[in-house]
Amino acid sequence: MTSMTFKGMDIVSIRDLTIDQIEQVLDLSEKMIPYATGEKITKALDGKILANLFFEPSTRTRLSFESAMSRAGGKCIEITLPQTSSTVKGETLADTIRMVEAYSDAIVLRHPHEGASRLAAHFSKKPVINAGDGAGQHPTQTLLDLFTIKQQLGGISGKNVVLVGDLKYGRTVHSLAEALAMFGAELTFVAPPLLQMPNETAKLLENEGVKARLCSNLEDVIADADVLYVTRIQKERFPDLSEYEKVAGCYRIDNILLREAKKSLVIMHPLPRVDEIAPEVDMTENAKYFQQAFNGVPVRMALLTMILGGELR
Amino acid sequence: MKDFRVTPIRNGTVIDHIECGQALKVLRIIKVTGDVRSTVSVLMHVPSKKEGWKDVVKVEDRELDPREVDKISLIAPKATINIIRDFNVAEKYSVTMPDVVKGIIKCGNHNCITNKNEPVEPEFIVESKLPVVLRCKYCDRNQEDFAERLA
Ligand SMILES: Nc1ncnc2c1ncn2[C@@H]1O[C@H](COP(=O)(O)OP(=O)(O)OP(=O)(O)O)[C@@H](O)[C@H]1O
Ligand SMILES: [Mg+2]
Ligand SMILES: [Zn+2]
Repeated sequence: MTSMTFKGMDIVSIRDLTIDQIEQVLDLSEKMIPYATGEKITKALDGKILANLFFEPSTRTRLSFESAMSRAGGKCIEITLPQTSSTVKGETLADTIRMVEAYSDAIVLRHPHEGASRLAAHFSKKPVINAGDGAGQHPTQTLLDLFTIKQQLGGISGKNVVLVGDLKYGRTVHSLAEALAMFGAELTFVAPPLLQMPNETAKLLENEGVKARLCSNLEDVIADADVLYVTRIQKERFPDLSEYEKVAGCYRIDNILLREAKKSLVIMHPLPRVDEIAPEVDMTENAKYFQQAFNGVPVRMALLTMILGGELR
Repeated sequence: MKDFRVTPIRNGTVIDHIECGQALKVLRIIKVTGDVRSTVSVLMHVPSKKEGWKDVVKVEDRELDPREVDKISLIAPKATINIIRDFNVAEKYSVTMPDVVKGIIKCGNHNCITNKNEPVEPEFIVESKLPVVLRCKYCDRNQEDFAERLA
C-alpha cells in the first residue's frame, strides 16, 4: 500500500513532497469526492482525532479541515487561541504543541509567525500539517489548487497559468508557482510592479527550468490563458488610496474582459474575494472558485487518510 | 630568517588568507575590543603568494573556539588558522564552512518563529558556498546582510 510512505509525515511546505507523492494525494482526492459530498460513507479515519490549532482567525481552512475529518470518519478537537488562553500567559508554542499532541493523532496549525509549523513539527512526534504560517507556506491550499487545475483541464503540464494580483505578499501564490513549475506548467505573472513576484521565487522557478512571463497588463495575456488565478490586492500595501484604486481597477475580472478569453478558461481564487471578480462572472462556465473551495474537502481527506494511515473502504 | 611585517608572536593564532576587506569583521567575531590585554595586529591588503591580495589577523596568547572558526568560515571561506607556539607554526588548518549553521546567528526575519522566545536555536541551510547563501530552516528566508549579524 503506497500510502504507507506517508504515514506520520509532516506537511510543512509543498517542497516536503515529491512529485510522485503529490500525484498520490491528487489520485486519492479524486476517489474521495463521493465521500466528500456525503454520497458515500467511509470509516477510513475511525477513532482518529485531529487537533485544529488556530492562533489566527481562519474560517475557510478550519471548516474545510473539520469537514474533511468528519467525512473521513474521524473527529476534530479545536483550540482557537488568538488572545485567549495560555499563550498570553507566555507559554511557548513548543509547550503548547507538546500538550496538544497528547490529545490527538495529528495537528493542524495556523500561526502568525513564519516557521511556526517547522518548529511545531520539530517538537511533535505526531504529524503536523501547516495551515499557514505568517507570510509563509500553506501547502494544503497548493494541493487543492493543483487538484482543481487537473480536474478542470485534465492535466497541468503545458497549461498556461496566469497568476494575477498581489504576487509579492500573497501567501498562496509562491508555493503554487513553485509547484506548477514542478509539474511543467507555463507561468505568467500579472501584477503592478510594486506587487510583482519576488526575485527569490523567480530564481527558484528558473532552477526548475521555468522562465515565467512577467507583465502588468491583464488584457495582453488573457487570450491564451488556460487558468486565471486571481488573488486579492490589499489596500494596506499602497502608500495612498488613489494609487490603490487605480491599480485595483485594472485587475478587475468582468464579462467584458472574458470576451477575449478561451471558452475553456478556468478562473480560480483562494477566497475571500473583495471585488476583484465581478459577481456577474459567477454565472459563467469559467468560474470555478466555489468548486475550488469544495475541493479543499476531498484533498484534505486524502492527505489526512494518508498521513494517519487510514484506508478507504 | 622570515620576513615579517609585524613583530613575530611567541604564542597565539594567525588567521591568514582572509578575503580582502574582511579583517575588521574577523576582529569583531573574535571580540577584539578595548579590554583585550594582548597584542593584536591586522594586515590589510597584503599580497598573497597564492593569489591576489589578502588580509591577515594575528592575535597573541589566544586560540579560537570552534564557534568562532565557523563564523569566520562564513565571511572568509579561504582562511587558514595557524596556531603559533614558541614562534613557530605548530598547527595549521583551513576553515571549513559547515553544511548547516546552527546557533551562531539570528534569523534576519523579525517575524520568524526563532525570534519569538521559543526554545530552539536558529538554524540555516548553506544553500551555496560561493557566494554564501544561508536559508533559515524554519521560515525559509534567505539571509541578507548576515555578516553584520555575526559578531
Ligand atoms: N611567529 C609568528 N608570528 C607572527 N606571524 C607568524 C609567525 N609564524 C608564522 N606567521 C604567519 O603565519 C602565516 C602562516 O605561516 P607559514 O610559515 O605556514 O606560511 P606559508 O607557508 O605561507 O603558509 P600558507 O601556505 O598557509 O600561506 C603567515 O602569514 C606567517 O606570516
Ligand atoms: Mg602564505
Ligand atoms: Zn527564520
